[in-house]
Parts: sequence; structure tokens; C-alpha cells
Amino acid sequence: MYRNLRWRLLLTLAVMTVALALVLPSVPGIHKTALGKILPDTAINLGLDLKGGIHLTLGVDVDKAIDNNMASMGQDIKASAREENLAVLKPTALPGPRLEAVLVGADKQDAFEKLLQKQFPNLKIDAKEAQPEDRVKYLLSMTPDYKKYLAKLTLDQAVKTIRNRIDQFGVAEPDIRRQEGNRIQVQLPGLQDPERAIAVIGKTAHLEFKIVDDSVDPASLAQGLVGPGRELSTIVVRGPKGQTVEQPIVLKKDAVMTGEYITDARATIEQNNNQFSVSLTFNARGAKVFERVTEENIKKRLAIVLDGKCYSAPVIQDKIAGGKAQITGNFSQEEARDLAIVLRAGALPAPVSVLEQRTVGPTLGQESIDAGIMATGFAAIAIVLFMAVYYGAAGLFADFVLLLNIVLTLAGLAAFGATLTLPGIAGIILTIAMAVDANVLIYERIREELRHGLKPADAVHKGYDRATLTILDSNTTNVLVAIILYQFGTGPIRGFAVTLVLGIVMSMFTAIFVSRIMFDLYLSRRPADAPVSI
Amino acid sequence: MSFHFIKPDTKIDFIGLRFYAFALSALMIVIGLVSLGMKGGPRYGIDFAGGVIIQAKFEAPTKLDDLKKSLEATNLPGLVVQQMGQDKDNDFLIRTSTTDETSDAVQKTVTAALNKDFAGTKYAFKRIEMVGPKVGEDLRGKALEAMYYAILLIAIYISGRFEHRWMAAGLMAAGLFAGMTALQYINAPQIWLVFGALAITLVLCFVLKLNYALGAIAALIHDVMVTVGIFSIMNKEFDLTIIAALLTLIGFSLNDTIIVYDRIREIRGQRTDETLNQIINRSVNQTLSRTTLTSGLAFLSVLSLYIFGGQVIHDFALAMLIGIVVGTFSSIYVAAPVIATLTPPEDHGTPQTGAIKTAKAKA
Repeated sequence: MYRNLRWRLLLTLAVMTVALALVLPSVPGIHKTALGKILPDTAINLGLDLKGGIHLTLGVDVDKAIDNNMASMGQDIKASAREENLAVLKPTALPGPRLEAVLVGADKQDAFEKLLQKQFPNLKIDAKEAQPEDRVKYLLSMTPDYKKYLAKLTLDQAVKTIRNRIDQFGVAEPDIRRQEGNRIQVQLPGLQDPERAIAVIGKTAHLEFKIVDDSVDPASLAQGLVGPGRELSTIVVRGPKGQTVEQPIVLKKDAVMTGEYITDARATIEQNNNQFSVSLTFNARGAKVFERVTEENIKKRLAIVLDGKCYSAPVIQDKIAGGKAQITGNFSQEEARDLAIVLRAGALPAPVSVLEQRTVGPTLGQESIDAGIMATGFAAIAIVLFMAVYYGAAGLFADFVLLLNIVLTLAGLAAFGATLTLPGIAGIILTIAMAVDANVLIYERIREELRHGLKPADAVHKGYDRATLTILDSNTTNVLVAIILYQFGTGPIRGFAVTLVLGIVMSMFTAIFVSRIMFDLYLSRRPADAPVSI
Repeated sequence: MSFHFIKPDTKIDFIGLRFYAFALSALMIVIGLVSLGMKGGPRYGIDFAGGVIIQAKFEAPTKLDDLKKSLEATNLPGLVVQQMGQDKDNDFLIRTSTTDETSDAVQKTVTAALNKDFAGTKYAFKRIEMVGPKVGEDLRGKALEAMYYAILLIAIYISGRFEHRWMAAGLMAAGLFAGMTALQYINAPQIWLVFGALAITLVLCFVLKLNYALGAIAALIHDVMVTVGIFSIMNKEFDLTIIAALLTLIGFSLNDTIIVYDRIREIRGQRTDETLNQIINRSVNQTLSRTTLTSGLAFLSVLSLYIFGGQVIHDFALAMLIGIVVGTFSSIYVAAPVIATLTPPEDHGTPQTGAIKTAKAKA
């Protein structure tokens, strides 16, 4: 009857030891004690809703990146065609993305198409149309495979850049991952200022240097007539009294240089006015380009444009060698520091937008932890007392396995590296009820069997056997639901699903296996027909 | 010496009372539907509707009306200001339905208003949440999808497990899948997909005579509708955690239902001369002690969560509390009686026909 009791007992003790070793490291302050030195490093992860921090879902504008790629491919086609003595006019990117280009000389179609096939295998010709003056208009589009590849590349690059920026921003254990639908999920534990975090993460940081065209007269400027190859932008200038005014400025459309050559960017303080600016260092190639650009444009103004906004446009006094430049603007120290981070980490391949943001302050997180512990404590005490009163000795067995169940669930969280969230704590509280349910099922069955006149030992035996199948059956639906929740839920809800599944699985072990051992121990020490306390 | 809440020889005629129970359930559902109809559907939280929530805590006593007045001047769309916790907490929840502006912009507007009207009072934002319209739409879709899969899996599991008709269960799953694909093909809105799934499941269960599954699903539809109705009457918001609560209570209510079904199956397995109604009555009565105990204990622990668990989890706990009561009721009064009602009279068995059947089987 009580065979293997010793082995079952040993197994239980082993499981308990492992569980305690997994759970104890999560007790605050334990690492300072003597016990802390021998414990493993498996503290339970707390979710952002308990720890405090920022959760962001970012949408990456992949279409924009693809459009940009198409536009630059248009320029490349023009350049390659020139090398082959072909004249291609006005390559224009159209939405879709498609590319329109006009070839001069209808007899050169073969040569042009061969060039496309050889050097631009990712483009296909959708249509061509003869035009007057012996010209042919081509309509090109990207192959779907290439589009897919570009989308993946853009997302990978965006994740990499964002990770870079966050690392430099100084966040412990950030979590950055790609999601379906061109989204990136970013979790920043411990951070409190979402505004600043978004400013650092979400800035495209597309830096361009453009030459200012001061020849446009104010009258046509007022009408917005800036001439071909020019664009109208605004620049923030400081008036004599320190006030800032936005002024229109005309720039040559094609950038003479971009931020791709930056190797370093730092916030520096300007000596004369205590304003902060960002100093840039270019790599060797960038230094050469910068030197040439400044040499060719002496006495002209060079505009520094970040994400379409002109920050400053100093006059080039002389050619600048050495590969250094400076962005001045009305920056505060924090702004300058963040801008330096962003420029150092490189530009995002496409604009990103914040689709979802959840910030939990540290006070609310701590409040939730305290409230969760309180609620769990009260629920456990109420149930422990009830079971002891209602079922007597058997109730005490149930109480023991109930506490064991909580420890095992927490140990499971630590072992799997799962995250404990506030709904997760709710899940633990629910499992307390479900774990007790298993014992209630067994005990009610034993009571029934006793009423049918069975001897205590037989009643216990039969009660456990009969109830086991029922417990398996009824818990299956709970596990099914929890799996669905895990599949479709977001972070906190997933935490709930995880604790629910762990708790249910552990309760099968504790209620069916462990409490049975206690019953067997109890019964083996008393005469066979002595009444049991149940 | 031990306690009993339910006397071991309890014999309540649940089947006899079923029509009163059906009427009560119908009444609850109708009241809930009327409330939903009058309010134009469930009140979505920002998870589903999109918008911005800012929870602000002031360090000095602050009046809700003052705060409202200050923020109303900012013309933020769909502004709702609520007090959190007790008066002495000075904790407020500010919600806007802004979806085209970023959370930054809303935060700036709120900060400006507070700094202007509450100069000298320190405050901190404890929580800021922004859900854009796209994410809100996705989350709505995900929640409905979760509901749909829950129904599907449960229907398959119950029919397979309790009627040993995995074939019929598979057939139903295939039918459900086909129906859903057809609905998706004609681009039916997602909410109709769920109703469609429910209707298809119920009809298929009926046609395939999967009475246990039908009873279980009827019970869980009942639970969800009553809980949603009560939430609507209480003017509570629906967000992701409430969906989690609904799914959990489905699992919980089914748990009760399965215990009762298990007992029905066990008694039917023994050769008895009882009619189906008597068997069901006996099963419900025999498991009544366990059902009330478990539900009572679950209620107790969730009550602890409701009282001590803090504001964030409050509505989740409330939904669970309602759900536990409704779910227990439905396991006793909906799931089992549905079997009695649906089983054709000739299969109910009377002491005589039961004997004839046994004789036939022997012959």
C-alpha cells in the first residue's frame, strides 16, 4: 500500500530544495547574507509594470525607405548611362514605387535595356512609350523580392541603430525586438522621461550639408518662387536681444555632403555665450569631401540641415581641412548631448513613429508590487485558515502543498526566465484557488467514499484515484485558455498566462503527488480503521 | 467532527427548477443587451479605442473639479478626468481620445495647464499610456481572435473528451473553419466573425448532436454575455485585461461544468434505472459541495485581489468576481440542464425503457 513511499519522499524533498534555491535569490537583501553566497543568480524578472520604465511600439515607415532607394537608383541609372554614352533625362521616382526615366535616342533602346539588365537586375520594365524628339519614356518598378529584401534590410538597420542609440543613452537591460507589421518594440526599464527617450530613439537624424543660395530676391522669395533645383527652408536665428526668429532661407536642393561620414559627435560648450553646440568629426573620406566642398564654395553659406530643418548656415571663410565641423543652434546641454548620441549612432534608414507608449513611474511600480504581495498574502491566509478549519488534518496537508505550489510557481518563473507582471501576480492568486480546488475535489471524493462505508485507507486510495482524472480534465481547459491568452496577449497579459499555466501544472504535482505522500505518511502511523480527520 | 456547508444528502431538483433559471439568465442577458444598445456598444478603454492616459499624483490636496476646469480649458478632445483611490491620495486619471496627436503633445498640453493653474503644487506623472489608432485596431482584432480560438478549442475538447466522438469534433472544427474562411472571404467585419463563429459552432453542435459541447458553449456564452452586460451597466471600460479576465472565467466556469459532466458520465456508466433528469440531478447534487467550496474559495482570493491589489488590477478583479458567480450559476443551471432539454425524450430513459434496452442489448 505505501510502497515507494521513501522514494516519493526523497523526490519531493529534492524538488523542494531546487525550488527554494531558485526562488530565494529573488528575496531582496538575501545576497548580503551568508546564504546569498551559495545561491544561484536566478532572480525573477519583473515586468515594466512592476519595475517602472517605458514601453514603446515604433512603426518604421518602410515604404519611405523604399521610395528613397528608388530615387537614388534613378540617379545611379543616370550616372551609369552617362558612362555608356547614353543620355537619360529626368529620372523621377513615383509612388508605388515606380521610376520614370526618359532615354534620348530611340535607337539606343537595346543598349539601355542591356545596361538595366546587367547593372540593375532588381528593376523591371513595366512599360515604355515613344515620345517626340526621338525619345523613349520608360516606366520601371522593383521586383517584389527586392522590395521584400529592402524592407527587411530597413528594419534590421533600424533595430541596429536604435540599439546603438539606447546603448549610448545608458539604459540597463533594454529589450529591443522586431515585430510583425514593420514594427519595433522597445522596452526601457528604469527610464522615466518618455519625451526624451522618444526624442533620442525616434529622431531620423538625417544630416545634410547644403549650399545656401542668397541670390534669390526677397520679392520672389515672398511668393515662394525659388527657381529650379532650389528649395525653401527655414532657419532659426537669434535676434539682438536673444529672442529667436524663424527666417526663410533658400537652399540648393542637392546636398553636397551627408552625415554618413561622421565618426564622432560630442556636445561642446561655446566659450562666448555659454550655449551648447555639437562638434562633428568625419572619417578620412568625409574629411576629403568636406575639404573639397568648402574649397569650392568659399564666401558662400553652408547650411547644416537635420531632418529637413536648418540649424545654422555659417559663411565659409576658407577651405576646412582636418575633417571637423560644428552644429550650432540654441541647444541646451541635454539637447546637445542627445543630438550627439543620435548623430554618433547614425541615421535611421526610415522615419519611425510612436504607435504605442506605456510609461510606468517607479512609485506606481512599487505600489503595484506592495499591493500584489498584500493581496496574495491575504488570499493565502484566508484559504489556509479555511482549509484547516473545514478539513482538519487533511486541510493542513492541503495548506502545506498550497504554499509549496506558490514556491514552485515562482521557481518555475525563475527557471524559465519568465517575467512576473502585475496580472501575473493575479495569476498566482488564481492558482492558489485552483490548487486548492484539486485538493477539495480529492477530499470531497474521500468523504463520499467514507460515507459509502469504506475503510479510511481504502477511501483515501479510491478518492485520489477517482479524482485524478477529473482534475486532469478540468485543468486542461484552463491550460487551453492560458495558451490562447499567451498567444494573443501583450506583455502583462502574457505574464498572467505564464503564471496560470505554471501554477496549474505545479498544482497537479503538489495536490495529486505531494499531498498523497502526506496522507500515506499520516495513515501508515495509525491503526487501519482509526477515523481520519477530513 | 468536520464541517459541511452542503449536507451530503442534499437533493435539490435542479432540473425541475431549470425554467426559472433559464428565465433569470435570459433576463440578465436582455438587461445587459439593452444597456449595451443604449450606450452604443461596450465602452472601450484606450487599448481598443486609442488615446492617451496620464495618471497624475499631486503632493498637496487638490480638488477634482479644479483639475477638470483647468484641463477643460485646453480643449483636449474626449477629455475625462477621474479620481483614483481615495480623496487623500490626490491621484487622478486624465484620459483623452486624441489619436492624431502624439502623447508628447498631450503631455505638454497637460503639463502647461497644470503648471499654470496649480503653480506651487508639486505633482508627478505616475503613468503615461498612449495607444495609436492602428495599435488599438490590432489589439481589438487580437482580442476577438483569442475569443474565437477559445471557442473552437473548447468545443473540440469537450466533444472529443465527453462523447468520445473525436470524428464529430473534427468535423465541427472543419465546418467552423470553413464558415470562418467564407466570412473572411466576403470581408465581414471582425465582430461579426466572432458572432458567426458562435452561431456556426452552436448549429454544428446541434446538428451533430454534440449535446455536451453545446451545453458547455451555451454556458460560456451565457457567462461572457452576463459579465459584459453587468460591466456595461456599471459603465466600466473594456481593455486588454478585461478580455484576459473574460477568457479566464471561461476556463474557470468550464472547470465547474466539466466536474459536473464527469459525474454525469460516471453515473451513466454505471447501470442504473434512473432517468436522465434524475442522473443529472444526482450529479449536480453530489458535486454541489465541491462546486460551492471551490467557487467560494476562488471568490475569496479574487476578493483579496479586488480589495488589496491596487488600482491597476481593480477592474480585472471585478470582472473575475462577477464571472465566478455567474460561472458557478451557469455550470449548475445552464450546462447540465441544456443536456436534459436537448436530449430527445426517447433517450431520456425511464425505469421501464431502460430495462427493455438492456434486454435488447443482450439479445
